[in-house]
Amino acid sequence: MKHLDEYRDPAAARRYADAIAGIVTRPWTIMEICGGQTHSIVRHGIDRLLPEGVTLLHGPGCPVCVTPPGMIDAAIAIASRPGVIFCSFGDMLRVPGNERSLLAARARGADVRMVYSPLDAVTIARDNPDSQVVFFAIGFETTAPATAMAILQAESQGLTNFSMLVSHVLVPPAMEALLGDPACGVQGFLAAGHVCTIAGYRDYEPLARRYRIPIVVTGFEPVDLLQGLYMVIRQLEEGRCEVENQYSRSVRPEGNPAARVAVDRVFTVQAQDWRGMGRIEASGLGLSERYTCFDARRRFPMVVPGPERESECIGGEILRGVRKPCDCPAFARRCTPERPLGATMVSSEGACAAYYRYRRPALESVT
Amino acid sequence: MTGDLGLSLNCPVPDPGGECIELAHGSGGLLTHRLIEDIFRPAFAESLDDLTHDGALIDSPTAQLAFTTDSYVVQPLFFPGGDIGSLAVNGTVNDLAMCGARPVCLSAGFVIEEGFLISDLRSIAGSMQSAAQAAGVRFVTGDTKVVERGKGDGLYINTSGIGAVVSPVPVSPRQVRPGDRIVVSGDIGRHGMAVMAARENLGFEPPIESDCAPVAVQVLKLIEEGVPLHCLRDLTRGGLATALIEIARTAGVAMQLEQQDIPVSPPVRGACEILGLDPLYVASEGRFAALVPSQASDHALAVLRAFDPSAALIGVVQDEGAPGSVALRTLGGRYALDLLACEQLPRIC
Amino acid sequence: MCLAVPGELLEVKGDDPLTREGRVVFAGVMRRVNLAYVPEAGPGDYVLVHAGLAIAVIDEAEARRTLALLDEIGPETGR
Repeated sequence: MKHLDEYRDPAAARRYADAIAGIVTRPWTIMEICGGQTHSIVRHGIDRLLPEGVTLLHGPGCPVCVTPPGMIDAAIAIASRPGVIFCSFGDMLRVPGNERSLLAARARGADVRMVYSPLDAVTIARDNPDSQVVFFAIGFETTAPATAMAILQAESQGLTNFSMLVSHVLVPPAMEALLGDPACGVQGFLAAGHVCTIAGYRDYEPLARRYRIPIVVTGFEPVDLLQGLYMVIRQLEEGRCEVENQYSRSVRPEGNPAARVAVDRVFTVQAQDWRGMGRIEASGLGLSERYTCFDARRRFPMVVPGPERESECIGGEILRGVRKPCDCPAFARRCTPERPLGATMVSSEGACAAYYRYRRPALESVT
Repeated sequence: MTGDLGLSLNCPVPDPGGECIELAHGSGGLLTHRLIEDIFRPAFAESLDDLTHDGALIDSPTAQLAFTTDSYVVQPLFFPGGDIGSLAVNGTVNDLAMCGARPVCLSAGFVIEEGFLISDLRSIAGSMQSAAQAAGVRFVTGDTKVVERGKGDGLYINTSGIGAVVSPVPVSPRQVRPGDRIVVSGDIGRHGMAVMAARENLGFEPPIESDCAPVAVQVLKLIEEGVPLHCLRDLTRGGLATALIEIARTAGVAMQLEQQDIPVSPPVRGACEILGLDPLYVASEGRFAALVPSQASDHALAVLRAFDPSAALIGVVQDEGAPGSVALRTLGGRYALDLLACEQLPRIC
Repeated sequence: MCLAVPGELLEVKGDDPLTREGRVVFAGVMRRVNLAYVPEAGPGDYVLVHAGLAIAVIDEAEARRTLALLDEIGPETGR
């Protein structure tokens, strides 16, 4: 596949790994905030291609992992009501709220349907005028435009049986929360390439300046990741702290203007709870005043998202990059993909799931 | 399905002009007979001796028989490239082939939900007849039951099969040896993607077609050509990765696969990329893996390529390594394939 | 996060800004994709698709530049 396979070339990846080894003179700690990048790094062993001393941390880049459990409970409550067709991306179906998941609710009779696109939920609403169709809108800046388009289409078609449970989150505030923590040892960032495809990277420039930290907008394939890492390390070695763009084939400095206009129209920035991290100001999206008629929480006011319950899961610390999955006493023992204690294990982009799948102890000794 | 909330305990008087299956069709009386005569006998007429006996008598062609059973609950019932009927035939035929046996005969048990369209049943029965003919097997006995509306997902089918073992040596994971090569009979993942795309309305054009097909011919050809077959496994639920992990665990060996050698057709590749799925875990219904001694691997590949040019050598049973492990060699090194906790779901993250 | 995949835009249908769609091919399979956010895209362009919508047109020149950067860093040293 063009624009994909070229960036999976093993020889090119190894050349970048060698180049990094050639310029590194001291230890560096770099964080990526993107579940897809976490997944790709662990799966392709990118971190193993790096010289010792370069530490890669995985940040809160999995929107599934950071969706508050109370929100999932609310989703289940709405889905379980008669006359409701609840639509969701596949990602969210197995994630447990404070107790169970949407898939478990479906087994109990809730009409939960998986969709590939929010626009498919609009079609379902059109085709089922007697049902209330609710879409679970999660994701970072990358996905908000898709959700916005669904709302705009529903508005234009005059649909009265369509609403959304919104839990979109924004990356720069999370980065700022991490950087603002004095214990944070991150020295460089890989910024999520698809988030920046929508939002651009102007928002990162003040962060780079204020915290004196290089930030490189990076893609997802092995060559992209290694090229991005090379660019970050080169900046660190040269004492620079700028925003650079490795993923320039998709990312422009202003992002996607049409998408941003739609998002600004449909949504408004608000405080948001992040699972395992607590409340972060101005880090989420809610429906703007003009579109609150599409808010499922208004349509179903009896459903109120509850608080996050205490559990053994250290997902929050993993999302903040403070600990790694293998540090968790429950990892691969009491907590597995079959019986997950938290979102970072059950989400396919979660750090724990990535480690469980690609870093099996059984193989470590053989390599 | 939207069903009636009130359930009558009595079997209602059947509607003589009806197009749907009713409870009376399963009661063993007049309507059951009509069902057999109208639908099952015409579909299986060429092969059925007498459907009304409790069982069939079969002359055993060889000393050793293979016997297998499987139940089919696929949704949707009709999908591009097949339906629950052809799946029920080929799945069981292929299980027999995986034992190194020539399929001889099948049974078919139907559990039909009240309200099921008779035209759909007729279509599925026809499908089963075609598949049986293509696979060279006969249906020799069968059974029909009807359950109340809401108590069955439209239709469930069980098929059991008997085969005559023709492989000179038992085909089983215990025959697998370090040094054996792993060959796959064709590109993987078509069936799983076809069914998922149809069920979830994923909107691919052209629709991905299932690879549902009998593989007995390929296996019999390998045996005929004298290719030693240490182990055979079809790549159904859980796909190629699951099949090989199960063999590795039973056999207590370590395997290594080459990612770049595993054949995946462009439509399956594209669909998996869009949905974030790994083709290694997606089911195929007309493909199998064979583990053969290294000196026979080129021959095995040539035999299989004559049936499907996408057949490929994909890996090896290693001399050393953690028993039960299957490693995939990729760009950054290798990692252990593991059994997935549950079926993969499409994702956007 | 944010699985987005590049595909070739084959044809465009519709004028309505909200529902303008195209058929995009990914390896061997096509799917209709909403083009509202890439009004400049036309047949032959590669678009990046996420959750059923195109979110960017792939810049061919930048892609070539990205790959050409490899030449700056020297050959594999076979460590």
